[in-house]
Amino acid sequence: MLHLIIFLFFGAICVAGAVNLLVQRHPINSALSLIAVMASLAVEYLLLGAEFVAAVQVIIYAGAIMVLFVLVIMLLNAGEEERTQGSRVAMIFGIPGMLVGSGLVAWVLLEHSGTHSVAAGALPGDPKTIAWLLFHEFLLPFEVTSVLVLIAIMGAVVLASHPEPGQQTRKEG
Amino acid sequence: MLSVGTFVLISVIKIVIALIVLLTAVAYTVWLERKVVGHIQNRWGPTRVGPFGLLQPLADGAKFLLKEDLTPPHVYKPLYIAAPMIAVVFALTSIAVIPIGNWVTVGGIRTPLQITDVNIGLLIVLGITSMGVYGVVLAGWSSNNKYSLLGSLRASAQMVSYEVSLGLSLIGVLIMAGSFSLREIVDAQGGAYWHVIPRWNIFQGQFFAFFIYLTAAFAETNRIPFDLPEAETELVAGYHTEYSAMKFAMFFMAEYANMITVACLASLLFLGGWHGPLFGPAWLQAILPIFWFVLRVLGFLFVYIWVRGTLPRFRYDQLMAFGWKVLLPLAIANLMITGLIVALKS
Repeated sequence: MLHLIIFLFFGAICVAGAVNLLVQRHPINSALSLIAVMASLAVEYLLLGAEFVAAVQVIIYAGAIMVLFVLVIMLLNAGEEERTQGSRVAMIFGIPGMLVGSGLVAWVLLEHSGTHSVAAGALPGDPKTIAWLLFHEFLLPFEVTSVLVLIAIMGAVVLASHPEPGQQTRKEG
Repeated sequence: MLSVGTFVLISVIKIVIALIVLLTAVAYTVWLERKVVGHIQNRWGPTRVGPFGLLQPLADGAKFLLKEDLTPPHVYKPLYIAAPMIAVVFALTSIAVIPIGNWVTVGGIRTPLQITDVNIGLLIVLGITSMGVYGVVLAGWSSNNKYSLLGSLRASAQMVSYEVSLGLSLIGVLIMAGSFSLREIVDAQGGAYWHVIPRWNIFQGQFFAFFIYLTAAFAETNRIPFDLPEAETELVAGYHTEYSAMKFAMFFMAEYANMITVACLASLLFLGGWHGPLFGPAWLQAILPIFWFVLRVLGFLFVYIWVRGTLPRFRYDQLMAFGWKVLLPLAIANLMITGLIVALKS
């Protein structure tokens, strides 16, 4: 019972944060609501007994990635977003389409996912189990992902260090 | 198994005690700092209020409460008010999983000497402290002041950079203990080699990790020589330039509470926690572990203050170069060597 109350409470915070992210006009407020979404997601993981995933969710997403988001927003000194009137096509097709789409996704997940809902804490989520899966069963995908991240970092370095045409000529001259 | 009522009662009692002790410790760390830095600089430090200036923290607290709480006109108000709260809440929360001693039995109820014992304690501390950076960042941004903004930009870049080295320096300890639980990490450090050298992690090959942790912790808590977010010679007061009265005091409390958390973690992870010689009657044996633990924390805080009184501030490029080009490779090398040795041993 307590589990259900906590689940619904943080689920509501999560959805409210996500809606707030879209509604807010200032990027900082949107970023902060995204942090609220991440944090309440971490609580939901905690309820499932996945303590490690919850802690990592907070450390990586809320503690590192969102700090960089906020840093970039502050560096660019992004102002308030300008509101457009919105297109009529989006109003007529977009919102019903989104509702139908999310209903469809929910129905498919509930009926045809092949997995059943489990009681909270029924599955082991401790670091040892996760590490075992990561370094035995899923070693290849794990390593491939790390190579992917490395490529992304190298790409960022190349993009950032690419000299502008003006500077190039000055160096040559 | 405890009943729910007893559990709630015990938890509330422990939380209240922990908060009172932590806040008192914060106040007296400030006193200690003023006293020690004073003596380093050939001054007396606070002497007027009470014997040895011991009541100075109370006078300071009263002053903070009674001062006018200014809100500059161009600040972004919701975040300007929320920022100090965020900073202090996360700084005080992280004490929840830190154990200060063994299990005790009071009136037939056995309970650990910490608010809660979770098996991912270390990760929770890291998570909470990583959230604390928002207090600093939002304070600088919402103040609408260029010095504040520069301070918080520096703070966020610095904290994200040094958190990597900090985390990596702890993994060596985790590999040796095989657990995230702070209690199990301390338990793994009991005993001594040849009855002389204690089995603390710092003597078990985690020597470099300890110094990486020490350096990164200084940077994480924005202390000299890494106090660029509030470098007063360049930025007036950095991110808290526009804050006064209790709001400023909250940032101050957050900084010192973070220092104490860092000192507790260092004692638990590297210096053997509450292990130490036990002697005397039963009541003394029950208190001694807490005494040894507090002694280590005080020693670590003294080092903090000592460094503040001794070292000048880094330049910002030196800070970043040191973090990424020296500390990070060192931490990775330490991690690989530790992993190799543990793998060869088992």
